[in-house]
Amino acid sequence: MNWSQLLRSSIGKKIVMSITGLFLVSFLVVHVGVNACIFNDLFDTNDNGDMFNRAADFMGSTVVIRIMEIGLFLGFIIHIYQGLALELQNRSKRKKGYDVQMGNRGSKWYSRSMGLLGTILLLFLILHWWHFWIPSRFTHSGLEVPVLLSNGRISHDMFLLMKVTFSEWWIVLVYVTGCISLAYHLLHGFESAFRTLGLHNSRYLVMVHKLGIGFSIIVPLIFALMPVSFKMGWIG
Amino acid sequence: MEQKSISLKLKVWKQKNSQTKGSFETHSMNDVSTEMSFLEMFDVLNEKLIQEGKEPIAFDHDCREGICGMCSMYINGRPHGPWHETTTCQLHMRAFNNGETIVVEPWRANAFPVIKDLIVDRTPFDRIIQAGGFISVNTGNAVDANSLPVEKSKADASFAAAACIGCGACVAACKNSSAMLFVSAKVTHLALIPQGDPERKTRALDMVAQMDKEGFGACTNTGACEAVCPKGISLENIARLNKEYLLAGLTSEL
Ligand code: HEM
Ligand code: SF4
Ligand code: FES
Repeated sequence: MNWSQLLRSSIGKKIVMSITGLFLVSFLVVHVGVNACIFNDLFDTNDNGDMFNRAADFMGSTVVIRIMEIGLFLGFIIHIYQGLALELQNRSKRKKGYDVQMGNRGSKWYSRSMGLLGTILLLFLILHWWHFWIPSRFTHSGLEVPVLLSNGRISHDMFLLMKVTFSEWWIVLVYVTGCISLAYHLLHGFESAFRTLGLHNSRYLVMVHKLGIGFSIIVPLIFALMPVSFKMGWIG
Repeated sequence: MEQKSISLKLKVWKQKNSQTKGSFETHSMNDVSTEMSFLEMFDVLNEKLIQEGKEPIAFDHDCREGICGMCSMYINGRPHGPWHETTTCQLHMRAFNNGETIVVEPWRANAFPVIKDLIVDRTPFDRIIQAGGFISVNTGNAVDANSLPVEKSKADASFAAAACIGCGACVAACKNSSAMLFVSAKVTHLALIPQGDPERKTRALDMVAQMDKEGFGACTNTGACEAVCPKGISLENIARLNKEYLLAGLTSEL
């Protein structure tokens, strides 16, 4: 068995999904941590987004992180491509369907909807990159006025960009929808990834199951609170 | 026990062969004893059809005691019908209500083409077994049991996996038409005991390769297979197969 045979087998494809999926999960931890700095505004009235802008400035100007960003992009592309390809292949395996569906008797709707949830996530991601990643790295639109950080550096005012972006209701709504899709994608994906990698010991499966539920609720919830908090005027 | 009679409407799939399209046919049945098994109900219907000069409904069956795995019927949207861990042949008419319409379809998967009516071709499972679901040693006289010690927990897990009867309900229930529960049961059954250990790696690789070749889908761990398996084969076996396959794939020489 060579590498290509391994990675192209049905299990191999799932292993690719699982490894890239868990890599994206680790990215979420960093992403939510950096962005949660906006909430320092709640505790420090003089902050005005300084803590978050310093964190964003560090992420944008550190060479090691910019190199890791390439890895992140690759992870996304492989996960999305393989995910959509797998979904289409799996669907093609039953040309004539059933008259009476089994539905939720035996499996959860979100475990059967990973392709749909992933596609919603992809659409959300495109909008999300358009809103923040492309301006911060390339066009700088909405970031024309520089901000002086408390550490003496001059940088983009990402906090202001968030505040302006999330002043629109429809954008807040789209972001919350994205977060809900992420929650359900992970509610199945987190545990599934470990099973795909071969974790079969029931002691650990119980742990991963609970950890997965916790992660799938807490991380998307913190993300969803960001647009909501700006719109409601809790911060900013 | 009180014996009751019920009336039913049976909506059954009729299909001449794998080349033709097929459609549903509806039969009304009166005086169906609730003590009958599901297949006996079909026997009664077929007797009546034969007497009327019509063609009986073709369905697979052999042991009628839940051990051969032949009785593939997708009943009211569930492989083997409504009862938990029960094959179609062990399902009884008391599971249904008077006046109920029962829809019976064949297993649906490209890998299991319909041969006729409710009979599908399950030989892909035979070919998967032929690819590695065995041990290649000559069996001489039975050796003393104590000469091959097996850990009790492993013997139990192996035995539980060996309960798989190859019925194909797992494929029928899976949204991906994946055969992973079946293959994982067969791989686990031999991987956990010393007799199966020498060929453990090639077995996992060869059986999965054959499974892919037969046109079954990839497993996404939805759990629908485990829910319908008449022998209670656990989803954990699939995770174990993933491990067996990954380790074999990473360490094989070629
Ligand atoms: C952006 C578009 C995305 C698409 C199209 C997508 C699609 C998919 C698909 C089709 C699967 C396989 C279904 C299954 O295994 O049940 C999957 C699995 C998974 N995804 Fe995604 N996904 C996307 C984004 C994400 C993101 C952002 C994350 C995490 C941060 C993620 C984490 C996972 C995990 C952990 C799995 C489980 C792998 C496994 O079951 O072995 N996905 N994804
Ligand atoms: S795993 Fe269960 S459902 Fe699948 S073939 Fe074996 S006995 Fe049937
Ligand atoms: S006829 Fe043998 S298991 Fe049902």
